[in-house]
Amino acid sequence: MSDKVSDLAQDSSKSGRLASLIKKTAAEKVEPEDTVLVWPNLVYLELICSMVAVAIMLFLSLVSPAPLEELASADTTPNPTKAPWYFLGLQELLVYFDPWLAGMVLPTMIIVGLVLIPYVDPNPRGKGYYTFSERKFSMLGFGFGLALWWVLIVVGVFFRGLDWSWYWPWDDWHYHQPAGAVKLVDLEIILQNLLGLSESPLVTLGRYAITTANLITWVLFLAFYAVGFTVPFLFFRDFYRRLGFVRYNLVMVMFISMMGVPMKIFVRLLADVKYVLVTPWFKI
Amino acid sequence: MLNLLQKIRAIVNKTQVFKSIFRHGYPDTDGNRALVMFSNVILHLHPVRVRRGALKIKFTWCLGGLTFLFFILLAITGVVLMFYYVPDTRRAYNDIRDLGTVIYFGSLFRAVHRWSAHAMVFSVWMHMTRVFMTGSYKPPREFNWVVGVILLVTTLVLSWTGYLLPWDQLALWAVTVGSKMAEATPFIGAAGPFGPELGFTAENDMAFALLGGTVVGQSALLRFYVLHCLALPLLMALFIAVHFWRIRKDGFSGPL
Ligand code: HEM
Repeated sequence: MSDKVSDLAQDSSKSGRLASLIKKTAAEKVEPEDTVLVWPNLVYLELICSMVAVAIMLFLSLVSPAPLEELASADTTPNPTKAPWYFLGLQELLVYFDPWLAGMVLPTMIIVGLVLIPYVDPNPRGKGYYTFSERKFSMLGFGFGLALWWVLIVVGVFFRGLDWSWYWPWDDWHYHQPAGAVKLVDLEIILQNLLGLSESPLVTLGRYAITTANLITWVLFLAFYAVGFTVPFLFFRDFYRRLGFVRYNLVMVMFISMMGVPMKIFVRLLADVKYVLVTPWFKI
Repeated sequence: MLNLLQKIRAIVNKTQVFKSIFRHGYPDTDGNRALVMFSNVILHLHPVRVRRGALKIKFTWCLGGLTFLFFILLAITGVVLMFYYVPDTRRAYNDIRDLGTVIYFGSLFRAVHRWSAHAMVFSVWMHMTRVFMTGSYKPPREFNWVVGVILLVTTLVLSWTGYLLPWDQLALWAVTVGSKMAEATPFIGAAGPFGPELGFTAENDMAFALLGGTVVGQSALLRFYVLHCLALPLLMALFIAVHFWRIRKDGFSGPL
């Protein structure tokens, strides 16, 4: 019976598991008081949890039935058009990024990043209990991403009104916010004006006319990743050694890209930059 | 009184019908409590014994179980809603309105379905957060975390496909926002980077495959309906089964 005691199955090597199955009677005798019967202990706990949850669902349903708006019509666009709340983080990203990034590449990277987590975290400590001090980097990294996700959702749900403008809870949603005086400019234009660079292209590759300013934005963009990759490699040797080459690169691609999202948001908010990198095919 | 009940139970337990269904007595002895876990297909999702620590609510916060419960609630209320709903752009909206006006308990079933959907999305996120915070994805449970990510994505897509079905303004435009993003998929979207270069237009790209057309119309409604009511729930059930199976095999990471 106690082969069902979860502990034993944790030994993932086949022979180890077999051995522990054979020893099961012995194991049963050694530590029976560590375990309890699932019926009634766990089954009743689950029953109570379920009943409370169902009661809450019924209560909410009676207090607030499901909404139904006007019949769908392609002629009138509601303002604002909001996706369900759990997608508003992504929709909020549309303010700062083009749809291919906000709607496709970033979500894909989030999913891939989540899948990678167990394979790039070699830290054996902190398994099966809450701890911060034993796994600071992974906790901070994951916590940062999670916080970013929820902040964007809260902004999308509570602070975005007509025309997807910023509305404080006390602002009146019946009036449009005055159109902002700010004009968004691409980083390369800013650099061009700031440094007095020529507008004529250095090279032209088909549709792509590469100016000096454009080249600088490429350098800055790649430098963002390059610096992000090398700094921990040089100054946190331990971190690098623990991860190894492959894990290190996977972690850093994900981590630096994640940090890039709030960076772009700040650059937009503080310096009115529309795109940091412009090509004929995609803009970032 | 208690005595009488016990006597009745003793008689019932001996009948051929009872024995044909339950292979053991009422689970009030350790032996029967173990047997009930073996012989009941649903209870068999559990082990017979768990470590005491696994019972601590403050470890799991019941979140995986609650996610599962909301899925069950959604399946039950969803079946009821399907009796009244036809995925035809000319009548879908009215079918939903009828649920709120002329069908007994229609409004309640719809509301429970809606609230459970919100609750499931919320609880699956919190469950993932819990699993991360307790480091429960570490070996040997890496793959179950991956299965979990599949469940998370399936949950989100299920909610999103369901959002279109009432065919009201909210539905149409929320899905339009999403299909604009599909259009912008790199390489395979007509408006995405390198999409046009690779020959993708509004009539053969990613968004077209999703909607079955260039706008959110009848084919989109039918696609979303089939995905929402059939394909995705089946996928979900399959991966939940794998998820639970792996938890049984790998054991529970909870404290000793
Ligand atoms: C439909 C969605 C899901 C359902 C129904 C579900 C259900 C469950 C249940 C009932 C448990 C047992 C412990 C508990 O209640 O916390 C569990 C454990 C677990 N879940 Fe999920 N889950 C889902 C999604 C996820 C997601 C999104 C992840 C992670 C990305 C995940 C990863 C895990 C892991 C690794 C365990 C083992 C935890 C341990 O041993 O401590 N699951 N799941």
